[in-house]
Amino acid sequence: MSNYYESDDLKKFGDIGQHAKALADDFFRYYGNVTGTDGALTKREKALIALAVSHAQKCPYCIDAYTTQCLETGANPEQMMEAVHVAAVMQAGITLVHSVQMQNHLKKMVL
Amino acid sequence: MKSIVQLKVVPAASNYGFVGLLRARGIELPPVSIETLQVNITKLCNQVCRHCHVDASPQRKEMLSPEGVAKCLEILERHPQITKLDITGGAPELHPGFDRFVERAVALGKHVMVRHNLTVQLDGHPQTGESKEYLPQFFAKNRIEVISSLPYYQEYFTDAQRGSGVFKKSMEAMQRLNALGYGVEGSGLALNLVYNPVGPYLPAAQAGLEADYKRELRHKYGLVFNRLYTITNMPINRFKLHLDKSGQYEAYMEKLLASFNPAAADGVMCRSLISVGHDGRIYDCDFNQMLEMDAVDARGRALSIFDFNFDQALGRRIRFDDHCLGCTAGAGSSCGGATA
Repeated sequence: MSNYYESDDLKKFGDIGQHAKALADDFFRYYGNVTGTDGALTKREKALIALAVSHAQKCPYCIDAYTTQCLETGANPEQMMEAVHVAAVMQAGITLVHSVQMQNHLKKMVL
Repeated sequence: MKSIVQLKVVPAASNYGFVGLLRARGIELPPVSIETLQVNITKLCNQVCRHCHVDASPQRKEMLSPEGVAKCLEILERHPQITKLDITGGAPELHPGFDRFVERAVALGKHVMVRHNLTVQLDGHPQTGESKEYLPQFFAKNRIEVISSLPYYQEYFTDAQRGSGVFKKSMEAMQRLNALGYGVEGSGLALNLVYNPVGPYLPAAQAGLEADYKRELRHKYGLVFNRLYTITNMPINRFKLHLDKSGQYEAYMEKLLASFNPAAADGVMCRSLISVGHDGRIYDCDFNQMLEMDAVDARGRALSIFDFNFDQALGRRIRFDDHCLGCTAGAGSSCGGATA
């Protein structure tokens, strides 16, 4: 293999069942039930959440898959970009809120 | 504008086994009726859409002859079973005999549908400059059902597929139609829109997308329409060349194959219509027409309007190939939208 993250490898997602088929079957059933149906959230809302998570987790497979899924559920580029901003701002906020820990420790360290 | 190239017929390569798939699943899809005569009267168009399966453009010259128009009218008159005339193109309004064809079909009591691209109202004839601003009044006077492509309720996707400036012109053209009652509840003047994905993916669910379109077009532009039809892009001609060039053809075909839906297959439009080309040849659908796959009778003879026989046409065996996966994927696809 010449590179990590070959885009063609996305097709092999189902291969995670090798050596652990029952667990993979459980996972895919759960996965399908959560993402593949309208529930309290629509499929489009779920796709936008998944797109945001894909970015936060930096998964190129998921970014490709959920960009397509967003389009196939009727989302538009503004909604998709706004979802990515939610992921970005959450990550920034999570970093910044940890500064409270830093401030707490700073107070202990300073006379 | 991008350079316009006359394209050769580019079929889907026969590697995906659509015919074998039907056979393996025991699915038979014979014609059930001929309710609709769909006539592609010209490949001339004022637009050059990137997904167009007709490869229509302002340079095309193909037109159904006056004799061909007369023959179609004769077929409509002789066969009360054929209740609908669906006129398509290109931009069908650019055919010199369009108005008369419509008026005569209406006089025969047929339900007439026109695949109207909206912008031709404002652009006019691309070769002669003739104005087409009269079209909304003409449609209303004849109570034509207007079916118009609008790939999204926003400019970005629409212009990406149909050309720069198309969205704004489409909004203006819809305003003119709405002003005459088109799309207005209770007017009896139907304005239906068509959604196509702007790339190699399947359409969203038709009902939800229709609700989005209605909300957004009313809120932002004060526009109304009746129904939204979702149509899948066929992997042939101009769209197939795009798929080939961008290296996405195989992935798209695999997506269509993986999304095969027997319920969608049951409702394919070729079971209830025949498609007529500009030269009078008959096809099972507009896509087969563009691939030059003639409809044939039980003895393998190509069908034509010039020696039309209803029973022979109804008894034909529909010709399928891999591009038909586009009509059977997901919720299905036809000129009237989803089929399942």
